[in-house]
Amino acid sequence: MDQQDTAATGSRGVATFTVEIFIAVLIFAFGLTVLFGSRNLGSGWTSDGPGAGYFPFYIGLILCIASAGTIWQTMRAGRGDGEVFADGEQIKRVLTVLVPAGIYVAAIWVLGLYIASAIYIAGFMIILGKFSPLKSVVVALVFSALFFAMFEVWFKVPLYKGLMDPLRFLGY
Amino acid sequence: MNEISALLHGFSVILTPTNLLLMMVGITLGVLIGVLPGLGGANGVAILLPLTFSMSPTSAIIMLSCIYWGALFGGAITSILFNIPGEPWSVATTFDGYPMAQQGQAGAALTAAFTSSFIGALLAVIMITFLAPLVAKFALQFGPPEFFAVYLLTFCSFVGMGKGSPFKILASMGIGFALAAVGMDTVTGQLRLTFGIEELMRGFDFLIAVIGLFGIGEILLSMEEGLAFSGKSAKINPKVVFETWKQLPRYWMTSLRSALVGIWMGITPGGATPASFMSYGLAKKMSRDGAKFGTGQLEGVVAPETAAHAAGTSALLPMLALGIPGSPTAAVLLGGLLIWGLQPGPLLFVEQKDFVWGLIASMYLGNIAGLIVVLTTVPLFASILRIPFSIIAPIIVVICAIGAYTVHNAMLDVWLMLLFGLVGYIFKKLDYPLAPLVLALVLGDKAEDSFRQAMLVSQGDLSIMVSNPLVGTITGLALLLLVWPLISKALAKVRKPKAQQFAAEQPVD
Repeated sequence: MDQQDTAATGSRGVATFTVEIFIAVLIFAFGLTVLFGSRNLGSGWTSDGPGAGYFPFYIGLILCIASAGTIWQTMRAGRGDGEVFADGEQIKRVLTVLVPAGIYVAAIWVLGLYIASAIYIAGFMIILGKFSPLKSVVVALVFSALFFAMFEVWFKVPLYKGLMDPLRFLGY
Repeated sequence: MNEISALLHGFSVILTPTNLLLMMVGITLGVLIGVLPGLGGANGVAILLPLTFSMSPTSAIIMLSCIYWGALFGGAITSILFNIPGEPWSVATTFDGYPMAQQGQAGAALTAAFTSSFIGALLAVIMITFLAPLVAKFALQFGPPEFFAVYLLTFCSFVGMGKGSPFKILASMGIGFALAAVGMDTVTGQLRLTFGIEELMRGFDFLIAVIGLFGIGEILLSMEEGLAFSGKSAKINPKVVFETWKQLPRYWMTSLRSALVGIWMGITPGGATPASFMSYGLAKKMSRDGAKFGTGQLEGVVAPETAAHAAGTSALLPMLALGIPGSPTAAVLLGGLLIWGLQPGPLLFVEQKDFVWGLIASMYLGNIAGLIVVLTTVPLFASILRIPFSIIAPIIVVICAIGAYTVHNAMLDVWLMLLFGLVGYIFKKLDYPLAPLVLALVLGDKAEDSFRQAMLVSQGDLSIMVSNPLVGTITGLALLLLVWPLISKALAKVRKPKAQQFAAEQPVD
């Protein structure tokens, strides 16, 4: 990446350095949680062998050491040429997938998998794919019906119908 | 020969119309998974695992392993036609495969890729046929310390052979182990690290992790790049196939070398991805046309494809013989074995002869079936890639959600899948390897059990890990691999540093 390029795309992004440190700190915190959690369980030697927390205790220790090492390595390398983890445009693109996916999972919880999936596929196609609403709805319904036939009818694996269970009338 | 008669018996087990049909279905699904972005061997098999619950173990493993072969074949299609590696191990295939397609030789490149894959897999299966029973027989003498030493070797070799920062490999592995420890303790029955959350009692299932890390993570990555497919069209007709086949024997040396590299990297948990890069690099160095590599050389397609397929296949050897998988996909297959009530490990060869030899026989047939399927259906699968990403992406998310839900019929798992997806995306961008995380999550409990049993035997004395030549050698080797990054750094300081071309590659498959 040359200088101009960095200046053009890198100005409004998140630096790799920042993300790197942030993630390493998170892992360190995770390691500490494991460490103390397993110490409470008894990480020592009990009358009938190693306690329940013996093994996880050292795993927690390894996590702390490894993340400290990563922080040290990152610090030593410094900010360097200001490498960018993801620029503004990329973050926007990732969020346009991640946020609807979160809403989709919440919708599964309420409406059940089949209906939520149909709405999700149609919505994704209309809003992000700029397809005509008719085409999108047809594709969404076809796929939901296909999944329904495959799981409920052919393989007899029931999927989640949701708190409201709107497909109750189908008898599955 | 014992193995040959056992293998023939294996063929008689699997040669039923149902199994052959499942084989074809598996291959087709596998190629589909290999072609679609976001679905790969590991999460593809994980998502389809619940569909096999009602089948007999033999039929189920045949279908799942055929999905795996199909995914290995499918990766080549996207690399050659679209310059997009569908799987990490087909990255090296793009170097010469895509230039060939640009010059209108897509058919030849595809034929070479599929045929080399087939040859690599075949050599690896032959190796498994004769070596796996021996390894299993040897492993029957193993006690808890030996098994723990083998686990230690598996994980240390990630650190020793991985290319990235050893701290990141350790961190990724530690997260896997820590997540594996959550839930009911298998020895004392205590609840561990659940922090009072009842839903965590079950622990974290690695299938959820696989679906999230590799499935959702991959979708996020593809989306970030703003995928726009612009592929070359493929015409494969018998004439192209036969003309390519006429050329291939010239590269027998490359094939053989790549297959050996692949087999070695597959047995040790190096994985298919570094194997394909390594054999591409070796071929470039040793070939007479080395300088022309990257401009569309047939040999440059042969080398990585042979190695990737050989590695992918030999990853099943430690899984079958020791119960220790060499790759995340092998780990998913191992998870399947556990679900069907089979205990993987050396005893499998004694107690479940039908199953083991049926599986090995299906590797032979599955690869032949795979070659036929891919050679005949390439245009069909290539056309799938012309479907816009904004249709494929939501459908893959839906498939992942279904896969995550069916593992335990729990909504929490679907949320966890999403979380793992985010983790997968960030980890991939920061070069944290994902394979050690998955393998640690799968093997965590078993490694811990063997460690605790060994400690019980020795009354807490760590010297049991070097108490006899066998366990001492394995432990020593493991520790050597663990400190290998330090040794190689010291060596590099002494010697003049060489230019590393593929240093950035990670074993992520």
